[in-house]
Amino acid sequence: MSDPLWEAPEAAKARRRRNWVLAGALFLFVVLVFAVTLVRLGGNVASVPS
Amino acid sequence: MTTTAQSLQATTDVEPARAARWSDYVLLLKPRVMSLVVFTALTGLVCAGKPLNPFLGAVAVLCIAVGAGASGALNMWFDADIDAKMRRTRARPVPAGRVQGADALTLGVVLSLFSVMLMGMALNWLAAGLLAFTIAFYAIVYTMWLKRFTPQNIVIGGAAGALPPVIGWAAASGTTPLNAWLLFLIIFLWTPPHSWALALYTSGDYAKAGVPMMPVAKGAASTRRQIMLYSLLFVPAALAPAFTGLGGPIYLTVAALGGAVFLLLAARLAFSTAGDGDDPRKAEGLYGVKADARPARNLFAVSILYLFALFAALLAERIVGVAPLELFR
Repeated sequence: MSDPLWEAPEAAKARRRRNWVLAGALFLFVVLVFAVTLVRLGGNVASVPS
Repeated sequence: MTTTAQSLQATTDVEPARAARWSDYVLLLKPRVMSLVVFTALTGLVCAGKPLNPFLGAVAVLCIAVGAGASGALNMWFDADIDAKMRRTRARPVPAGRVQGADALTLGVVLSLFSVMLMGMALNWLAAGLLAFTIAFYAIVYTMWLKRFTPQNIVIGGAAGALPPVIGWAAASGTTPLNAWLLFLIIFLWTPPHSWALALYTSGDYAKAGVPMMPVAKGAASTRRQIMLYSLLFVPAALAPAFTGLGGPIYLTVAALGGAVFLLLAARLAFSTAGDGDDPRKAEGLYGVKADARPARNLFAVSILYLFALFAALLAERIVGVAPLELFR
């Protein structure tokens, strides 16, 4: 009887590649949000409201 | 051959779908549509004329591009049944079985949320709200409702494709003045002649899928008349920016010359028999092309060039620094 969890090598490779792309996209999104925050704050990074 | 054996044979005849690649997910985002959206949004952003940090400008364009892609993914998820019946679309990732419908839906929803949230955070919430409205309008109002139920589908649904320059304008300035809505009007009135010219020679495909495009629902003659009518509305709208302080002399020249060609081609189409019958010589072609399609093909091709030229002229004038005409301002 065939193993229901068996995955063809090509399918497994494609899945791994997709996961890496997804991880990369998420990382880029985090970097983007960080950069946007810095640009929006601009020179006010160090100012503390009194 | 028994029924079971026949179905087994049928199963083995079907080429198994290969595993999804990341490029299939890129196809879900409709990159060609995205490029036009990005171009018109960038024009709106630049025409707003407000100083904007270049990085934030790039983020705004990225958000609009990703939002457009999200709309495309949602459209492909919902329209998989229609796409499977049409030659033009049956190789798309979902109907071809390379991507699961649920995956396309997830991608669309996640990218929608990311693009709207980032737009709100990086630029302003007016632009984010307009982006959210555009995605919802395209995915829900156009895809789920209008497309399947009325021949006016692309007329009303065209609003979604016309909003990107307004979003770009709002992202740069936080406002949407009349000139921003003039850019909206130009694309809105351009959509019917553009889409119906294509539909005139591909309507066999739409009829097969049960999509009530104008040539399928009302016939080719009515469609040709309506194309002429919308062209008569569209060309003056395309000229209008030269009179409202938005376009300069380059824009006026491009709009006038291109508009004359557009009207000429629309008139030739109106007096032609394009879309009236099937052409047996081309029945096996990519789109199941209709007989005497040349006038429709010409208008379709020129419509793309004309819209591109209009927005390119506006962009070029702003970049080079050509002052807008202020004829009636």
